[in-house]
Amino acid sequence: MGTAVTLGSEPGAPMAPGSRAKAANTAAVEISHLRKTYGALVAVDDVSLSVTEGEIFGILGPNGAGKTTTVECSIGLRSLDSGAIRLMGLDPHTDRDKVREIAGVQLQSGAFPAKLRVGEIIDMYQSFYRHPADAGELTGALGLADKRGSYYRSLSGGQQQRMSVVLALIGTPKIAVLDEMTTGLDPQARRDAWDLVERIRDRGTTVLLVTHFMEEAQRLCDRVAIIDGGRIIALDTPAGLAAHAIGANTVRFLPSAPFDESLLTRLPEVTAIEHDGRHIIVTGTGELATAVIVALHAAGTEAQDVRTDAPTLEDAFVRLTGRHLHDAEGEVQS
Amino acid sequence: MTTLTVTQPPGARVPPAAFGSIVLNEARLAWRQPAGMIAGAGIALLILIIFGEIPALGQPSAKLGGYSAFDIYIPILMCFAIAIIAFTYLPGPLVSYRELGILRRLSTTPVPAYWVLAAQIVVQACLMAVTLAVLVTVSIVFFGVSFPKNPAAMVLVIALCMAALFAIGLTIAAVARTAGAARGLMAAALYPMLFFSGLYYPVQLMGAVIQDISHFTPLGAAVQAIGDSWVGGQVPPAQPLLVLAGYALVFGYLAKRFFRWE
Repeated sequence: MGTAVTLGSEPGAPMAPGSRAKAANTAAVEISHLRKTYGALVAVDDVSLSVTEGEIFGILGPNGAGKTTTVECSIGLRSLDSGAIRLMGLDPHTDRDKVREIAGVQLQSGAFPAKLRVGEIIDMYQSFYRHPADAGELTGALGLADKRGSYYRSLSGGQQQRMSVVLALIGTPKIAVLDEMTTGLDPQARRDAWDLVERIRDRGTTVLLVTHFMEEAQRLCDRVAIIDGGRIIALDTPAGLAAHAIGANTVRFLPSAPFDESLLTRLPEVTAIEHDGRHIIVTGTGELATAVIVALHAAGTEAQDVRTDAPTLEDAFVRLTGRHLHDAEGEVQS
Repeated sequence: MTTLTVTQPPGARVPPAAFGSIVLNEARLAWRQPAGMIAGAGIALLILIIFGEIPALGQPSAKLGGYSAFDIYIPILMCFAIAIIAFTYLPGPLVSYRELGILRRLSTTPVPAYWVLAAQIVVQACLMAVTLAVLVTVSIVFFGVSFPKNPAAMVLVIALCMAALFAIGLTIAAVARTAGAARGLMAAALYPMLFFSGLYYPVQLMGAVIQDISHFTPLGAAVQAIGDSWVGGQVPPAQPLLVLAGYALVFGYLAKRFFRWE
């Protein structure tokens, strides 16, 4: 682990406010100009990104965008056509042994022998690492504590998925690579998995998360890269991406009394005003709702029935890729 | 970032206990899928006992070089057990490990993926050793067969026979794309080998050409050499040993050359 903890912001590193990332100058994952083709198919065209130590970094994109290829190249499971990858400064191909010890991996396609029990598989994987995590804590956090005696084949799809997350984290990895971690999980299990990811990050693990759940990216990730057609088309904090995509918030309210609309058009935050029956819809940027309410209050009018609408990561995704994520989700599942 | 490597002591990165834990799980899998054990060990023992109980088979025969049919069958059943266990437990499971992504998942851990192969070979070698020990003990204790005159040579032959069959099994696992294809290749290799071992009809009673071919097949050579070391007492002639070693080396090379982890 990095010893020198340099607090304070690095101008070039956009970190989420309140991010608990430790050292802003240590790259846990460094991908530069990655390119990977399968025959004529260009899976990854040109991807460069840098994940800071202690960060939860999301890779979001429609099916076939190159997300899985990117992470599988980055852990040395696939060779690259060109480009370079470093995990904690190590090349996943030439320093394969070291990388395997510091990186914990959850693959979309991972399976385990049907006739082994959960506890037997976990104990075996635990024995592979010199500094294993507490298996009881991991299985407890993911609701598998009472499944240790069950055969792997008797687990439901969601339980198998949770077990593969347990095994990704069993070696106390410096970098956890989680590919579609919560696919097939029910909402409660999904929230449990999110809590676990936040906890392991708090202990210093960097997380590279491939996901197609907006809510997951928005809730967990410090930064998100949106990949489409083998390229990164956007990279920012979830809030930053959302703001860029639409660039505006809306505030809808019912004025307690008629008022002079120039009160609002004068405000720097406001870009447009519309009427919807007796309701008023103000579009703008920044702390829009506060500015509007304060201005009206100063003029003796109250804003009632206030509803604000901030753009989401999903809006950003639709804007950037021209697709709804639900479409992508259906394909990924198949 | 380089601080990471500094905190780790040099030397072995994988705890040695990891190999033991893989062996333990492979043993559990063999125990929970006992088809190979039943087919290999169980049937061999059953045939041995049935033949031992038939008085006519215990009569020395001039056509069989002064030995009884029962004597002739002991090495054949030993080789049968080795072949069935090797072919049931090695190629099929390995190919399905590859098909299911189990080998791929293992290759992301610090454990070298070939440890799984090694663990399977350890488990099966133990299974074979126990089976052979039971067959030999039952023959000696219950059916009055003499103790092997050259046990060390016999152990060497058996080890070479196991190595040859493991190498052939691994080659099948290397070239078969699906578990079904592996089973087909296994059957295609197994039945001719069993024929030339004399399982269906003693090789000694077949034509000279068949006998010559038999001596160049793995099980035919092994049966010949086990018989030599058991009753002849001398170090077996070089030919069957070289045949077995040749199979082990050639197929070992092919397996290594063509094995795919995913």
